Amino acid sequence: MKLTLKIWRQKNAQDKGKMVDYKIDGIEPDMSFLEMLDVFNEQQINAGEEPVAFDHDCREGICGMCSLFINGEAHGPDRGVTTCQLHMRMFKDGDTITIEPFRAAAFPVVKDLVVDRSSFDRIQHAGGFISVNTSGNTIDANTIPVNKKDADAAFDAATCIGCGACVATCKNSSAMLFVSAKVSQYALLPQGQVEAADRVLNMVKQMDEEGFGNCTNTGACEIECPKGISLENIARMNREYMSASLKG
Amino acid sequence: MAKSGLLKSSIAKKVAMALSGLFLMLFLAQHFFINMMSVFSADVFNSISHFMGTNPLIQFVIQPILIVGVVFHFIMGFVLDIQNKKARPVGYASYNGAANASWASRNMIISGSVILAFLALHFYDFWFPEMVYKYIEFNPADETRYFHELAEKFVSPVRTGLYSLSFILLSLHLRHGFSSSFQSIGQNNKYTKGMKNFGLWFSVVVPLGFVVIALFHHFNH
Repeated sequence: MKLTLKIWRQKNAQDKGKMVDYKIDGIEPDMSFLEMLDVFNEQQINAGEEPVAFDHDCREGICGMCSLFINGEAHGPDRGVTTCQLHMRMFKDGDTITIEPFRAAAFPVVKDLVVDRSSFDRIQHAGGFISVNTSGNTIDANTIPVNKKDADAAFDAATCIGCGACVATCKNSSAMLFVSAKVSQYALLPQGQVEAADRVLNMVKQMDEEGFGNCTNTGACEIECPKGISLENIARMNREYMSASLKG
Repeated sequence: MAKSGLLKSSIAKKVAMALSGLFLMLFLAQHFFINMMSVFSADVFNSISHFMGTNPLIQFVIQPILIVGVVFHFIMGFVLDIQNKKARPVGYASYNGAANASWASRNMIISGSVILAFLALHFYDFWFPEMVYKYIEFNPADETRYFHELAEKFVSPVRTGLYSLSFILLSLHLRHGFSSSFQSIGQNNKYTKGMKNFGLWFSVVVPLGFVVIALFHHFNH
């Protein structure tokens, strides 16, 4: 496959950055998108040019590191995949592909296509955990019976890998889907219910402080989420939040 | 205990938008019902309008609440839109919004702005003259004037066209707003599918009904 790549190049966080056009040849349809970028970077290095910086880690769709806004969509045109699971067969020979970093005030660009998503970490630190004594007498979680339906819904929420596609794709840069998945994961389980009120209030407060936008229920996040996290989680978080706020 | 953000958090704002929106949709439904009467019977329309225009509870309690609701919904809508734009200071070179969300859901600020412009015209046409008639000139109550005042406004093809165009945008606003309100107040459950279907019908039937009323009076004058 022969392709034209339009890639966002930005030297560092202070640089203004710009889109740069490149040509690339010899791409196999069965390559993953990241493998295509590996080939591209090899071409850049061989030509004595600066390779493009992009995030990646596990390359099997579970770490959430690979980001990229490809042809106007988070993780590209495929559904239910991260960028490492996106294959070049989704594109045609001769296509022009636009590759940009995830855009949000809360996800500042570090270099080229790499963004700083530590705002998600700070939201997690604000309440995305349960407080358990781990000094040696920890009670096995399995000793507490959990309704199957709740356990399944909690597990579904827990599959969120914190990639940030929800923020990147939302026209408002809202982080509601991510935060609601973390809130739901614990709110549905007895182990998490003890701190449920504090958790939702603290996590939403941190989310707002990080500068994410407001949710307007377009549903784009649910469509683009590689793990299929449902909007039901946002409704649950809204209920949890209002209930916790009214209780004071 | 963590501090409540009931007044300024992003969730509180969306719940407030949803509740004010639901309230306005309720108002819209009764407005639709009353106006539809004008197509079937001038007398019935006149007597309901007279009741609405002279009942103290409606005039001095419900009407101010409605105005506060309208003003709040618009101001909050613009505030949220400004905040949301700030949340992405550098935009995308390529953004395929249609790939994952409807036009109506992505452009509530546009449909809302058209509705706001329509309301300015609507207030100029009906509400301000009504206030002047009753509370400034202190004219005597006339139970027969309402149908005539309504029909008179739709003689103009420009006004009839502007009203009809606004109702199309109202339809798009309701198309997203109805189901979105329930999601915002935390209702996403086994009733959601039925509620979305009802919302779809509501967003078509009510604005279309208003268009029919405008055209009816335009062509029957």
